[in-house]
Amino acid sequence: MDMPLSDTQWKDNSVNNELPSFDAEPTTSPLAIEARGLVKTFEGTTAVDGVDISVREGAIYGILGPNGAGKTTTLRMLLGIIDPDAGVRRIFGHDRPHEIAKLIGYLPEERGLYPAMKSTEAIAFMGALRGLSLEEGRKRGLELLERHDLLHAADRQIRQLSKGMAQTVQLLGTLVHRPKLVVLDEPFSGLDAINQGKLERMIRELADNGTTVIFSTHVIHHAERLCEGVAIIAGGKVPYAGSVEAARDRIPAQVRLETRARDGKWRDALPDDARREGDFFQFSLPETGIEPLLRALIDGEAGILSLSIERAGLHDAFVHIAGEAAARALEADNAAEANR
Amino acid sequence: MNPQTHATSRLSLMQAAYVIARRDFLAILFSRAFFFFLLGPLFPVLVGGLAGSIGGEVQRSATTSEIGVAMSVEDRIALIAARERLAPQIGGGLPTLTVIEGEDADDPKRTLEERRGNYAGIVSGTLEEPILVGTEGQLNRWRGTIALLTATALNQSPSEFPPVTTQTVATSGANDRSDRLKTAQAGQLLLFLLTMLLAGMVLSNLVEEKANKIIEVLAAAIPMDAVFFGKLFAMLGVSFVGIAVWGTVGGSIMIAGGRSLSELADPAVGWPMFFALGVAYFAMAYLLLGSLFLTIGAMATTVREVQTLSMPVTMIQLMVFFLAAFAMTQQGSAVELGAAIFPLSSPFAMLARAALDGALWPHALALVWQGFAVAILVKGGATLFKRRVMKSGPQGAQKGTKRSFWRRRTA
Repeated sequence: MDMPLSDTQWKDNSVNNELPSFDAEPTTSPLAIEARGLVKTFEGTTAVDGVDISVREGAIYGILGPNGAGKTTTLRMLLGIIDPDAGVRRIFGHDRPHEIAKLIGYLPEERGLYPAMKSTEAIAFMGALRGLSLEEGRKRGLELLERHDLLHAADRQIRQLSKGMAQTVQLLGTLVHRPKLVVLDEPFSGLDAINQGKLERMIRELADNGTTVIFSTHVIHHAERLCEGVAIIAGGKVPYAGSVEAARDRIPAQVRLETRARDGKWRDALPDDARREGDFFQFSLPETGIEPLLRALIDGEAGILSLSIERAGLHDAFVHIAGEAAARALEADNAAEANR
Repeated sequence: MNPQTHATSRLSLMQAAYVIARRDFLAILFSRAFFFFLLGPLFPVLVGGLAGSIGGEVQRSATTSEIGVAMSVEDRIALIAARERLAPQIGGGLPTLTVIEGEDADDPKRTLEERRGNYAGIVSGTLEEPILVGTEGQLNRWRGTIALLTATALNQSPSEFPPVTTQTVATSGANDRSDRLKTAQAGQLLLFLLTMLLAGMVLSNLVEEKANKIIEVLAAAIPMDAVFFGKLFAMLGVSFVGIAVWGTVGGSIMIAGGRSLSELADPAVGWPMFFALGVAYFAMAYLLLGSLFLTIGAMATTVREVQTLSMPVTMIQLMVFFLAAFAMTQQGSAVELGAAIFPLSSPFAMLARAALDGALWPHALALVWQGFAVAILVKGGATLFKRRVMKSGPQGAQKGTKRSFWRRRTA
């Protein structure tokens, strides 16, 4: 059994690969996934450049980034589908993921099933690939289909199912052998809002039962709702890997102020980054806190109508960490997904 | 995590290959296309039979043995009677005699030049002085026979023939090698035909997985070597089913037609061992060529590319066969040794050797060597596939479907 590379749960990388600072409280929880310095080059183009990821057992972890950022290549390296050119990866402490294939379930982004197979057989076959007997796979397949209101599709061929149903069947095939680690590549892609909600619930259930779930997505709100940790990936690099909370804390909270007075001496008290947006002023919460500012506004007779302090969301954190270009790419992916 | 848990946390290579092989084998066996696959070889047999029948008819017509007889009534009766007397002794060597009368009989030369009738020649004159008219080739062919017929008609050749007692031997020193060469040739040809018919199917075997995006599910769960092995064994199993069906049908037709293997000389290792080695060498030839084709086919992104690749692949098969066929005639030479060692030609060369040489240990050695070569080819193919195909995300894959097998770039 290989020793863990580090017993620290979360790591916060800087863009320039400086020594990491730890945002979250270090923990000695065993790690399901550890990757250090993963590099993958395809014919001269570096697809993944020094990716570090640590995921503790039982966590839900997201890999965020626009298409082409290196998410799929990273997941494929973690799973042993391809080998890294440099760096190490360990799944439950193992260098070679295939050796613990029975403990892993994987849903690739490009969904694929044999069209002529019946749903139950497809689930059982995927279980058989992970060491489950066909008989047990069929039995569990029927149970899973029933639990997800798809029992009527049990004897139907995959080609006869709708896209959403086929995707669900494949997901059930990913889970049929009861893996300890579930890796989902863009699992929400192609699902309607109802099925996305179902999938979110399923992921939470898995984590509640102690299963580690890692998924890639370019839709930030899924990660924000589900994950305790995320890795932001852009251009093959990971500028941030850590808890969602710590990512949000990377940028100061935003203050939104509405005043009766349009102008006055009180405006001198506003921070330099204050900007007017309609009737409101918006600026970062000063490092000194809100009280000195409030006092100056009251003394300056600004006539405060409303004042709110909003904590930065993961999207803002993403923009802050990955940069405007990556954020725009992410939004373009989301728009394209919505159009599909 | 408990290390003991890890020890049982994956399928072995052969278990994983079995999962793939079982799925593929059953999927093919219970498909409608398999029925046509079984019927496939009947079409060339039918076409061959028809062509042979028509060709035979044409040949018979082209090599006519009809001789016109333009003689007096007494002479022609005597000549025909002589033919009847000689027929039991000479049989097919005698021409058919057709009586010619009237204008055609008056000028045989003109009759032939004007292409009247279908005569190889016309005999006229008398029995004592027969005149044979015909082309130079036909004259050379029939001159002696007509002389024999006229002599018999004149009672100048023996009318009684002493009975000849015959004794059959299985073989003789002079004919032994030549006959076994025919057996070797037949075995090699059959092995080549079966391999060529069946191994080519492997070319397109991974196209379904790639087209349906299942390949990534497989690659994540089990080693790619196991996927390759599983696919090869499944196709080998399908091939054996096909061979069993065709063999049964073909054997039944042979028996019904009164043909048997006794028409071929016994192979040096004996028929049972020759059959066993034939099965083993077919399996090896199939796995060797199949692993190569699987790798080549796996690199292709579309069915069209697979079709384009099938021509060079057929050429490779032919070259391998020619090498083995040539080596068969050079027993004990460096060429034979080379053909036996070169993995792709080894099964063909060794099957021929089984017909010609009774030693068994070279076969044990060859089968181990061929098995090793299969493992190397599969490993190499799987590694190449992993490096070249499983390398990019969906963007790349989408591009990949349009990109040529020959040019790939990263996504």
